Amino acid sequence: MLEIKNLVKRYGKGAPVLKDLNLLVQGEQLMSIIGSSGAGKSTLLRCVNRLVEPTEGSITLNGTDITKLAAKDLRRARRRIGMVFQGFNLVDRLSVMENVQSGRLGYISTWAAITRRYPAADIERAFELMERVGIAQYADKRADELSGGERQRVGVVRALMQRPEILLADEPTASLDPKTSEQIMTLLRDLARELNLPVIINIHNVTEAKEFSDRIVGMRYGRIIFDDKPAALDAAQMDEIYAGTPSEDRQEIGAVA
Amino acid sequence: MTTDRAQDWARFTPAERLRRYLVMLAATVVVVWALSSIDVIWEWVWDAPIQLADLFARMVPPDPTNLPSILEATWQTINIATIATMLAILLSLPVAYISAQNTTPNRACLWIGRFILVSSRSVNTIIWALLFVAIFGPGIIAGIIAIMFRSIGFLGKLLGEAIEEIDHAPIEALEACGASRFKTVIYGIVPQVMPAFFAVSILRWDINLRESTVLGLVGAGGIGIILQGAIDTFQWQEVSMVLITILALVISGEVISSTLRKKLL
Repeated sequence: MLEIKNLVKRYGKGAPVLKDLNLLVQGEQLMSIIGSSGAGKSTLLRCVNRLVEPTEGSITLNGTDITKLAAKDLRRARRRIGMVFQGFNLVDRLSVMENVQSGRLGYISTWAAITRRYPAADIERAFELMERVGIAQYADKRADELSGGERQRVGVVRALMQRPEILLADEPTASLDPKTSEQIMTLLRDLARELNLPVIINIHNVTEAKEFSDRIVGMRYGRIIFDDKPAALDAAQMDEIYAGTPSEDRQEIGAVA
Repeated sequence: MTTDRAQDWARFTPAERLRRYLVMLAATVVVVWALSSIDVIWEWVWDAPIQLADLFARMVPPDPTNLPSILEATWQTINIATIATMLAILLSLPVAYISAQNTTPNRACLWIGRFILVSSRSVNTIIWALLFVAIFGPGIIAGIIAIMFRSIGFLGKLLGEAIEEIDHAPIEALEACGASRFKTVIYGIVPQVMPAFFAVSILRWDINLRESTVLGLVGAGGIGIILQGAIDTFQWQEVSMVLITILALVISGEVISSTLRKKLL
């Protein structure tokens, strides 16, 4: 269970990107966050594993308050949070297996990491997951030899190698063509069910969000303005999320001007 | 027919024109002053072609009687260059790490790193060699340390720049996995700077091979000692033999480094 309470993120002295945001993600569900660029979706996701440092508020994952952790404990907590990126973020010059095993870097010894002598159980698990997503035959290929969809599968397997308690996906399909994009979404949904894993996806494609999600959260200017089942998302709410400025923010902007 | 604007147009205003003439005049004055202050003995300059022909005549044919000791000194030269390059690579790695903006632990380390790079690079190998000959006495140790000191700056600077140019995205992903700083370096940074690392190391070895041939001139070991001895005793045929050996050495160095580059990169 992930509980975000009164989360505020401000970059420098500017207006906050996240404004007193509350969110509760329970059990295994695939939740999509939609909203126009700059709404704060990426910042929200990155606050969860503290790639971005929250300014105020608390983020609790299964009893651990992530915002309070110091260096070593933070690394331990990050092992429990998998992340998939828009640009895949693989190390191009390493092999697929090395990229996949880098998901275990938080667990294995430095020596094992340098010499690439990974624990047998990790190798077995890697092959199982790679077979599951259909990239096992590429284990020894260099990551940059793969196509976009295959690279994102490597990214997903890397995150799953952590045996995460939650999976964050920051626009995982935005760099992919429509067909591959749908395959990756299907994969994420199926994996969420198979592994009983809650998944949070930032996504621009609303059609896909509605098709694959159990729940949709709509963000606008750092606030959650929609939070319901996909079926409840109608045209008026879409307008509110993507077009109009929410009335509260209109006043704030007026006050500044 | 000539219009007014054709007559009026000029690239420069009179003031600009005057300033340009003044700058040219100043440049001429500087050149004349520089030439007159260095005390050129013009007879020797006009004499040069004759001297050149004379020297060349004395150098031919090259004298191979000392070839065994020349080859031994050449082997020493190769060893100086290779050992010094390897040591410099090892020592330049931490320097590169702390002097790259994106990996340096803090401002103090950044400035220490940059100070090491600048001081290493601003002193020529020959001057480093003079210093180390004074410290360690004549011989190859002084030569190795001199070449190493000069190389640390070169390697550290270029590797540091390679580190600054890496893609940050994979680093972010590794951090998100809970990897420690050191593991992030091994998995995220090292693979990305590997090509630059090999290219820069091979290039420096190539440069060091050439630099170590002159180290002997200041007593720091290698083939330069034989060259210096031959020049001092007017053994011009031996001088030409040494020069041919150096040429062969440099060419083979070039061949080896370009082969390595093709294999590794």
